[in-house]
Amino acid sequence: MAQIFHRSSNSISRISILAAIVLVSGLLWACLELQRSPYVTYAGVSRMQPVPFSHQHHVGGLGIDCRYCHTSVEVSGFAGIPPTKTCMNCHAQIWTNAPLLEPVRDSFRTGKSLVWTRANDLPDFVYFDHSIHINKGVGCATCHGPVDRMPLMYNQASLQMEWCLDCHRAPEKYLRPRDQVFNMRYEQPSSEHPVEMPGRDGNGVEKFTDQMALGTELKTRYHLRSVHDITSCSTCHR
Amino acid sequence: MDNGKQKKGEAVCPSKKGKLELVDVKQQLAAAKDGPQYWRSLEELSNTEEFQEMLHREFPRQASEWVDGGTSRRDFLKLMSASMALAGLSACVKQPLEPIVPYVRQPEEITLGKPLFFATAAVIAGYAVPVLAESHEGRPTKIEGNPQHPATLGGTDVMTQGSVLGMYDPDRSQTVMLDNDIRTWGGFVGALANPLAAQKAVQGAGLRLLSRSTTSPTLAAQIKQFLQTYPQAKWVQYDPAGRDNSRAGAKQSFGEYLDTQYNFEKADVILSLDGDFLSSGFPGFHKYARQFSARRSPDLKEKMIRFYAAESTPTNTGAKADHRIPVRAVEIEAFGRAVAAGLGVGGPATASSDWGEYASMIANDLQKHKGAAVVVVGEHQPPAVHALAHSMNAALGAVGNTVLYTEPVEAQPIDQTAALKELVAEMNAGKVDMIVVMGANPVYEAPADLDFVDAYKKVALRIHHGLYVDETGVISHWHIPATHYLEQWGDVRAFDGTITIQQPLIAPLYGGKNQYELVSALNGQGSTGAYELVRAYWQKQHTGADFEAWWRRAVHDGFIANSAAQVRNASAKGGVPAASGAADNSMEIIFRRDPMIYDGEFSNNGWLQEAPKPYTQLTWDNAILINPTTAHDMKIDTEDEVEINVNGRKVTGGIWRTPGHPKNSISVFLGYGRTRAGRVGNGPGFSAYQVRTSDKQGIATGVQLNKTGKQFLFATTQGFQNMDGRDIVRVATLEDFISDPNFAHEKTQAPVEGLTMFQPYDYSKEYKWGMAIDLNSCVGCKSCVVACVAENNIPVVGKDMVKRGRHMHWLRVDNYHEGSPDAPKTYTQPVPCQQCENAPCELVCPVGATVHSTEGLNDMVYNRCVGTRYCSNNCPYKVRRFNFLLFQDWTTPQWKMARNPDVSIRSRGVMEKCTYCVQRITHARINAEREDRKIRDGEFTTACAQACPADAIVFGDLNNASSRVAKLRAQQRNYGLLEELNNRPRTTYMAVVRNPNPELERAMDQRELATEHK
Repeated sequence: MAQIFHRSSNSISRISILAAIVLVSGLLWACLELQRSPYVTYAGVSRMQPVPFSHQHHVGGLGIDCRYCHTSVEVSGFAGIPPTKTCMNCHAQIWTNAPLLEPVRDSFRTGKSLVWTRANDLPDFVYFDHSIHINKGVGCATCHGPVDRMPLMYNQASLQMEWCLDCHRAPEKYLRPRDQVFNMRYEQPSSEHPVEMPGRDGNGVEKFTDQMALGTELKTRYHLRSVHDITSCSTCHR
Repeated sequence: MDNGKQKKGEAVCPSKKGKLELVDVKQQLAAAKDGPQYWRSLEELSNTEEFQEMLHREFPRQASEWVDGGTSRRDFLKLMSASMALAGLSACVKQPLEPIVPYVRQPEEITLGKPLFFATAAVIAGYAVPVLAESHEGRPTKIEGNPQHPATLGGTDVMTQGSVLGMYDPDRSQTVMLDNDIRTWGGFVGALANPLAAQKAVQGAGLRLLSRSTTSPTLAAQIKQFLQTYPQAKWVQYDPAGRDNSRAGAKQSFGEYLDTQYNFEKADVILSLDGDFLSSGFPGFHKYARQFSARRSPDLKEKMIRFYAAESTPTNTGAKADHRIPVRAVEIEAFGRAVAAGLGVGGPATASSDWGEYASMIANDLQKHKGAAVVVVGEHQPPAVHALAHSMNAALGAVGNTVLYTEPVEAQPIDQTAALKELVAEMNAGKVDMIVVMGANPVYEAPADLDFVDAYKKVALRIHHGLYVDETGVISHWHIPATHYLEQWGDVRAFDGTITIQQPLIAPLYGGKNQYELVSALNGQGSTGAYELVRAYWQKQHTGADFEAWWRRAVHDGFIANSAAQVRNASAKGGVPAASGAADNSMEIIFRRDPMIYDGEFSNNGWLQEAPKPYTQLTWDNAILINPTTAHDMKIDTEDEVEINVNGRKVTGGIWRTPGHPKNSISVFLGYGRTRAGRVGNGPGFSAYQVRTSDKQGIATGVQLNKTGKQFLFATTQGFQNMDGRDIVRVATLEDFISDPNFAHEKTQAPVEGLTMFQPYDYSKEYKWGMAIDLNSCVGCKSCVVACVAENNIPVVGKDMVKRGRHMHWLRVDNYHEGSPDAPKTYTQPVPCQQCENAPCELVCPVGATVHSTEGLNDMVYNRCVGTRYCSNNCPYKVRRFNFLLFQDWTTPQWKMARNPDVSIRSRGVMEKCTYCVQRITHARINAEREDRKIRDGEFTTACAQACPADAIVFGDLNNASSRVAKLRAQQRNYGLLEELNNRPRTTYMAVVRNPNPELERAMDQRELATEHK
């Protein structure tokens, strides 16, 4: 009986199987990459705002503390967004005629709120609490990035669950002393930049040159709950 | 899917599964004489084939149908293929950009993200229910009791819990109207000038003010001023579920109006003559429930309270009684007289053979506890019964101990029915030129014989003030939208007289005007705000120094300290009134306020409509409640439509056979059959007001029932499951409890720890949350159910969905009956998620959407759930609820405001269940950790526990040995529901201990046996 298939069919079928695998995995990879890309997460993408407020100028340049505007960050789940009144504290005195600030003055005059677009926007089924992170030694910049160098606000991180879990599974990688939480230029300890802390008994100074050593120490000092505890679903979802 | 073979639109209500045969019931009961047999519904008791079939479906039939129209297999395949194709795409949706809107000037006291609580007061039947309202950035979302207030001690009731929904109700009237045209408040005030001037000329002879009962001192003073300006004008108050009977009873006994208050703290024995003091809406319910349950602890041994109830309509109050004796409402008086005769009060009484011997036994027991006994009477009972109770309480030495008489709390107690009758007569005679109806709805609720509508239409100028353009509003000239209590300043008195200050949580959503402003306008004082009016009134009253500090304290606390009504040393002078003639043996009808929607005031409240009514578990409707034997004799069955004929007045409704209902008697709840209540309240049920006449507002006799041949289908949450003889509710008598405190574990015990294939987990490091529910304290009022709905954004699904078993309540309160359907003992059991340590639901979830937390919570992760419903199949308690359809309203802006921002809104296709209020746990934990400490016991609690007026639910950390919950669980009465499954539930129950009178118990058992052998 004659051969139905030509000999080349062998190679063609092998190649097509391989190609199919490559294609499918390629597609899958592309999907996963797309899902993590700034196109979906907006990471690093600044949004249109009614006033092009510059954190770089106000924080980096003028040295205004985060808490001047985000007043409730230490006590509430929500960091707080400043009312128009906060802007006008200064801008009633300076740049009083700047056209860029007209929406702010208009809001103050009319009593109508400015409508900003949220930059760091978690999904609605996630309940993040600022106050506890601040309290346990997670710096503002750890999540929000170098805000003092952002002329226009954007989210530094993807804000996806894997990103949250990266820290919740090993918080020692990121913890810093409480007094450094609001420091935008804080650097993790290294042999060149050791981080100093008062000793555990309150006497003397402890020096850390390694983040893991510092983080582990802070975990016990700040009574962090176990990794098991802080990766329970109800920690963030309810 | 049943291969599309099943009949479409078939009844799915469990109650309809076959005709109940009383013979079956009796056989079942006779067969189980080896111990108490508990049952949940008459259908379960009769155990017909149809009931079995219904049970073996996981959900009631059609529960898994997608849409109402019915889906064929072909449609199903089409839909499936489309959804498979789209399933992948749904993950590709980008999160939309979200606006964030700051304040312009942020109020000083607000910390964004943290709720504030303000003391204010809800008003039910004119009395204040003091509350703390939770406000999220200016939006009230949840009502809690005010624990500092002496009148409630922190409990709430269903109507108060539901009231926050009423405030946002988009059906509320939103503008001033004249003949259905939009007008302004200013226009109304201007239009008042001429008619008022005309009335001034005749001293107000044609001017009438009609309102509900009021206790507000400021409003009363304003109305007094109004009546001074118009001396011939009249102020009429009318409450359909009002207190005319108790007022008349007090007048008979004392010659003046006095209020009766009870103190169950000092009571050893209670006799209730249809007095439902453990039911929402009874003035003082919150305090009474707490006092009662505190004295109900079996650890008090012989000091445990004993409670006799002679009751007509079965209520959750009667269910708490050690001896509940079903007595026809018209015979309650005779029953009372028989007991009174035993106490030496009044003459010899003729006792019915049904309960004659019981009465004397109860009298003996009351006599033995002189000074610590009390007789409580229900509002619908005629004045003679109230007067009788005053005499009995005097004879028992109760006055000053368990019973207090005080000055009336109402601003002006009157005979409301007589006043209303007179008003109607005057309107018919053309003597009324102008009427202002303030907060009342007489067109709907006035007695039928008065023909209020015709009379009302004869008035030349009709002004209506109310939350809705209701039945009265629509035939009035002017309609003025009222404010909700959460939107206004005010002062109201609680049932004990304590002045309770209302403060607004939000500016009037729909631009309403409150009653103070309305009367102020009538008084020609322009539009002075309620704040100025109330404050000015109290400034005048205040005698001490520094008014400002005193006032701020009163507003902050929500009440004025030591302002309770003056206690009077009154003794019943009138003597015992003569018996009101021979007993009427015709069928009677009992008119009762609805346990959920009161007299119709809360008709448009979906939370309350959908909450199963205590005892009957009916939702969305009122029914004609009837004794099962009487129904059998009359050849009528549950869900038969029947026409009630009360002396010629007729109304039709559905029958609901109710265990424990007295024979030859029917009960109906008021408040249904509304036509102008709003989208929710229009339609359900029938209006019992149509057959209620002014002389017989509580009970009427001479009733005839005629079958219409049609069916009326009810939506009940009772009876979707079967007990199959499991040891679910555990009961002992006090005697048995003292001799064997471990009774709860005799029959069934939890398996030994460690005998499990589950990975053991050590919970001892952090918190170990647990809940103990004392079934002995639970009064079955369902406040917890509505509180849970409010706290956890639980959707309302509607009658049709409830019929299919798709109700979404995370917490249900089950009823268990024991004994004969004519006079069963009844137990209530709240069942939230049991938070099993070895949770069966978690094992079967294919996507890990329900998993365990380290604190022992059975977490439900909505965003992972794909809706397989395996977890619900595998849950032994059936506490998981599935969003079969998109039950949440995602579009109406008002509902968005009403929701708790701390809890996710669940969408279609997602399973949900009780989380132990994990949002509250998280907040408490974060607060504690910020202060570097552990959460203190009692620092927070779950919504159900906080709402419970009886303090039956205790929540806390089991790792803390000194916590209340840990102590309760250490007691021997503590048992786990189905603990024999070794799922180690975190919610446990304290077994019921009854305190029966042994003599009476024997007599009642013998009678039951005798009837069975008949």
